Amino acid sequence: MLKRVHFKHPVLPYLLVAPQLAVTLIFFIWPAAQALWQSMLVQDAFGLGTQFVWFQNYLELWGDPQYLNSIKVTAIFTISVTALGIGSGLFLATMADRVIRFASGYRTLLITPYAVAPAVAGVLWLFLFNPTVGILAYLMQGMGIAWNPLVNGEDAMIMVIIAAAWKQVSYNFVFFLAGLQSIPRSLIEAAAIDGAGPFRRFWTVIFPLLSPTTFFLMVVNLVYAFFETFATIHATTSGGPSNATNIMVYKVYKDGFVGLDLGSSAAQSVVLMFIVIALTVVQFRYVERRVEYGT
Amino acid sequence: MGAIGIRDVRKSFGRTQVIHGVDLDVADGEFIVVVGPSGCGKSTLLRMVAGLEEITEGEIAIAGRSVNKLEPKERGIAMVFQNYALYPHMSVYANMAYGLKIARKPKDEIDRRVREAARILAIEDYLERRPGQLSGGQRQRVAMGRAIVRDPSVFLFDEPLSNLDAKLRVQMRLEIKQLQRRLGTTSLYVTHDQVEAMTLADRLVVMNAGVAEQIDTPLEVYQRPATRFVAGFIGSPAMNFLDARIAEGGDLRLPELEDPLARHPGASNHAGRAVSLGVRPEHLRPPENGEAPGFQLSVDLVETLGADTLAHGRIDDTRHELTARLPGTHKVAEGERVPLTVDASALHLFDAQSGQRIAG
Ligand SMILES: Nc1ncnc2c1ncn2[C@@H]1O[C@H](COP(=O)(O)OP(=O)(O)OP(=O)(O)O)[C@@H](O)[C@H]1O
Ligand SMILES: [Mg+2]
Repeated sequence: MLKRVHFKHPVLPYLLVAPQLAVTLIFFIWPAAQALWQSMLVQDAFGLGTQFVWFQNYLELWGDPQYLNSIKVTAIFTISVTALGIGSGLFLATMADRVIRFASGYRTLLITPYAVAPAVAGVLWLFLFNPTVGILAYLMQGMGIAWNPLVNGEDAMIMVIIAAAWKQVSYNFVFFLAGLQSIPRSLIEAAAIDGAGPFRRFWTVIFPLLSPTTFFLMVVNLVYAFFETFATIHATTSGGPSNATNIMVYKVYKDGFVGLDLGSSAAQSVVLMFIVIALTVVQFRYVERRVEYGT
Repeated sequence: MGAIGIRDVRKSFGRTQVIHGVDLDVADGEFIVVVGPSGCGKSTLLRMVAGLEEITEGEIAIAGRSVNKLEPKERGIAMVFQNYALYPHMSVYANMAYGLKIARKPKDEIDRRVREAARILAIEDYLERRPGQLSGGQRQRVAMGRAIVRDPSVFLFDEPLSNLDAKLRVQMRLEIKQLQRRLGTTSLYVTHDQVEAMTLADRLVVMNAGVAEQIDTPLEVYQRPATRFVAGFIGSPAMNFLDARIAEGGDLRLPELEDPLARHPGASNHAGRAVSLGVRPEHLRPPENGEAPGFQLSVDLVETLGADTLAHGRIDDTRHELTARLPGTHKVAEGERVPLTVDASALHLFDAQSGQRIAG
């Protein structure tokens, strides 16, 4: 702890933290308070009349089949994106960890998707999966798979999951690779001498030692899938067809800015705020745990 | 049953060759210590025996069976690593049982063997702990336990004690020796610590730059080092070397001095040869009553160790530096000239070029 005597001038410390405080107040606290306030109001579509209704907006959400559908869609979407992103990242990292020649070349290639903006990534996959011009759609049709994400809700969901996970694979890859490389080689060698084959070595030694990384990435990926996939959805399906990919974040935007139901939209965003707070708490409390490698 | 045969084994990493043909026969139950400076290829040799490194050329056999093509687990070996390599997420018990479980031993047999090993190593109280909750010495024991439960035919040790503090190292050294005696398991032990090497080994392998320079009992290596390198590596403080020339009759002369330094009977038929004359600090002594001193040491620096006193200086003010180990009772001051002598039988002669032992 710094002691008081470090600052001779009484106002100086406040001046020093002022910019950070101002940013937090203006860009976080104030809008959050606004959202809270807004979520308790009902406004007519022209913005002429406003009525304070306490928790009416929230109560209505629980009775709204569209909202319940959005929760289901979000659950499927976030869990799939997280699982796919983490699984692929781990697989690629395990492979890259074994590569000795051209290792840095492969790694750079694998990291690039992270530099692609979400909307661009979304559009990229949209084109690949487009039923008329997309090469992936063409291949699938060649294999006899009926594929049309513009019409079929499940196809659309698969497409946005892949597009969203693809971007996150690089991030997961980097962390898993770092995790793998911090496992001492001698541990793997000891397991080999103990008679464990590559598969068993992975599941009984490597994977458990990666668990802090996996857990950290799980939280990060969940947060990503919940909140940062807006652009992906917006650029590809816009929540459709018939709300099949209308995840909660997207619904906030759609109801508020397209549907102009500001009260309900604000209530939904407050719900999301509590989800993100919960995830952050989990992250801070448990991610700090580290396995030590016992040297 | 764990004799090891190493025949003309070579190892290259890419284009760099690091082991240049090592031959070694280890008898069943023998304790062999491989010692040498850092980077000389000790670990690489050991890892080839373990199967963790491919053998570029030559053959390694364990219990009469060539193991070149065998996986580590098929070689009947157990290895103790420098960093212990315990599985940090498993309890001590699970660490020791891991190999047996994979070998699908019955549960009660696993339990019996783990507890037996724990009893021998006095780690019974820690069986439920994680390695992270143990001290360095305890982890070392667990690593040994993991090695012995598998009842291997060969133990491989790669500097197992170098992460321990000096006192614990001495204690564990004794325990390893006793354990090996008791189990009678063939052991190959790598270290760069010469005290460990001398005390543990039935036979020593002194390695230098990928070559085994000498393979012999510790005493023989100390008394009759085969090369100048071995002579300088084994012994502390290190042997003194003087650039000398053999004169007629086996007189050993330094170019700057009128009188021969000593006379060596074995050197007489090498007259005229340039040699490296080796003498251990502990073999230099003050002359006894009436004895003529061999030379005077101009003392530059004195180190007092209690039991001994190390005097560093030059012979008769020449450039030839020398360290003498004198009894602690012998008072020496810096700047003083101390008369010293050496018995001819304690001299070692090495060829000045090749470093090979000539006589003595
Ligand atoms: N995987 C590798 N690739 C390339 N060179 C290697 C590899 N492993 C070891 N070497 C080289 O082989 C030589 C011998 O290494 P080794 O580890 O056997 O030395 P060591 O005698 O065990 O040394 P230390 O006492 O420091 O452990 C060194 O020059 C080292 O740089
Ligand atoms: Mg080594």
